[in-house]
Amino acid sequence: MISLRRIWGLIYRHLCLYRRSWPRLVDLAYWPILQMTIWGFTSSFFASRLGSNGAVTIGFLVGGVLLWETAVRSHLGFAVSFMEEIWSRNLGHLFISPLRPIELLAALILISILRMLLGVIPAAILASVMYHFNVLSIGPVLVLFAANLMIMGWWIALGCIALILSQGGGAESLVWSLLVGLSPFAAVYYPVAIMPHWLQPIALILPAAHVFEGMRAAIAHGVIAWDHLAWASGLNLIWLIAASLLFSHQFHAARSNGALMNIGE
Amino acid sequence: MQAIEVVSLTKRYRAALAVDDISFTVARGQTVGLLGGNGAGKTTTIAMLLGLLVPTAGKITVLGHDMARDRFAALARLNFSSPYIALPARLTVAENLRVYGHLYNVRDIEQRIRDLAEELDLGALLNRQAGQLSAGQKTRVALAKALVNRPELLLLDEPTASLDPDTGDMVRSWLERYRADSGCSILLASHNMAEVERLCGQVLMMKQGQIVDRGSPAELLNRYRRDDLEDVFLDIARNRQAEEV
Repeated sequence: MISLRRIWGLIYRHLCLYRRSWPRLVDLAYWPILQMTIWGFTSSFFASRLGSNGAVTIGFLVGGVLLWETAVRSHLGFAVSFMEEIWSRNLGHLFISPLRPIELLAALILISILRMLLGVIPAAILASVMYHFNVLSIGPVLVLFAANLMIMGWWIALGCIALILSQGGGAESLVWSLLVGLSPFAAVYYPVAIMPHWLQPIALILPAAHVFEGMRAAIAHGVIAWDHLAWASGLNLIWLIAASLLFSHQFHAARSNGALMNIGE
Repeated sequence: MQAIEVVSLTKRYRAALAVDDISFTVARGQTVGLLGGNGAGKTTTIAMLLGLLVPTAGKITVLGHDMARDRFAALARLNFSSPYIALPARLTVAENLRVYGHLYNVRDIEQRIRDLAEELDLGALLNRQAGQLSAGQKTRVALAKALVNRPELLLLDEPTASLDPDTGDMVRSWLERYRADSGCSILLASHNMAEVERLCGQVLMMKQGQIVDRGSPAELLNRYRRDDLEDVFLDIARNRQAEEV
């Protein structure tokens, strides 16, 4: 039986951690703001050259930054919160408590949402104040875009955690690089059609590529690309199931081979 | 009903046999010592009892729950302390106890924290970060965490390893009192033979994954014709059989 209190216990643990660690708090917002600053000026520069299409260009690039950071922050929020338990050598205590794996994952999801909001909201305010791009202007469909990108961040994080359970702390570096490595194929700043034909199928198996196609349709034409949203949601479901099975398999393997006792190296 | 019932427990890592077909029980309210040199299989055995490690063969029943099918029900009723697993260093002692109070669904956590602080002399430490404590203080805090859910079964891995003699004695006295008051069962892995003699009614001697001898401290001393358990431990470690001594 799932216990909300156990889930809250783990969330409380991370809230206490952030309350006492200003570098961790700064880190949440630092990168999204930096990205927003760089891409905001870049898009402003291009917009000034494009005349009447400038606002749309700013929307594509700045909107892309904001939504991509939604995926990145969700991914890092999930995976880093798990790694905090490894770094503090607390994982053993957690796994001998009555905390179920599903409760651990639920807590990581909620922590990641909090971390994502703390990272993306300042960047969204910056986009509005400095580049006059209001992300809310995309409309209510923004919620569906963001939800799909968060889910993508979670299943990639779940896959990373499965690899850490399998390979130990040496796999931690994947947490930092995996999603960034996918960004060229996620069509964040350019349409899938601009990619070589042989690369397009790779892009189109990523939910993010469909989300960003949908975002561009919403900004440029004010339409909701339901087909892309359906693809993004369906792909997320498939990837989430695959990552959950991988996690479940590796968790059981870690309990069999003793890795749960020795994670960290 | 036994607190722990282990039948033909085996753990194999590829070619290495870490635990080799051991069986034992821990009765309710009993303290049992688990002794053995490094690599004897004590930690592996405890990890299987805690559900951290899946046995290759055999059956573990803890507080009436089959650990293969129902481990979370057992985990809610037991706890574990080891100086080798840390608590989050950035959190204060009180915050750490609160976290584990939530994880173990403890009612009236704040009162429980106050009680533990009084019993284990942690009052002055409650608002200090766990990472700033001395080794001895950390061990006491780890013990408080292990007692936060009023466990019916306590697994202790060298609970006094880093404590000075005075604090170590205080913890031993406290464990004796806790067991007497609560009826808790304790499985104690230790290299401190005086501690084992004082606390344990039964001792399991492990070597190379097997239980090679067992009995009360008095029975073992008599069997090996020794005055203290340390010599018995050395006899077993160095392959001197009881009848040869």
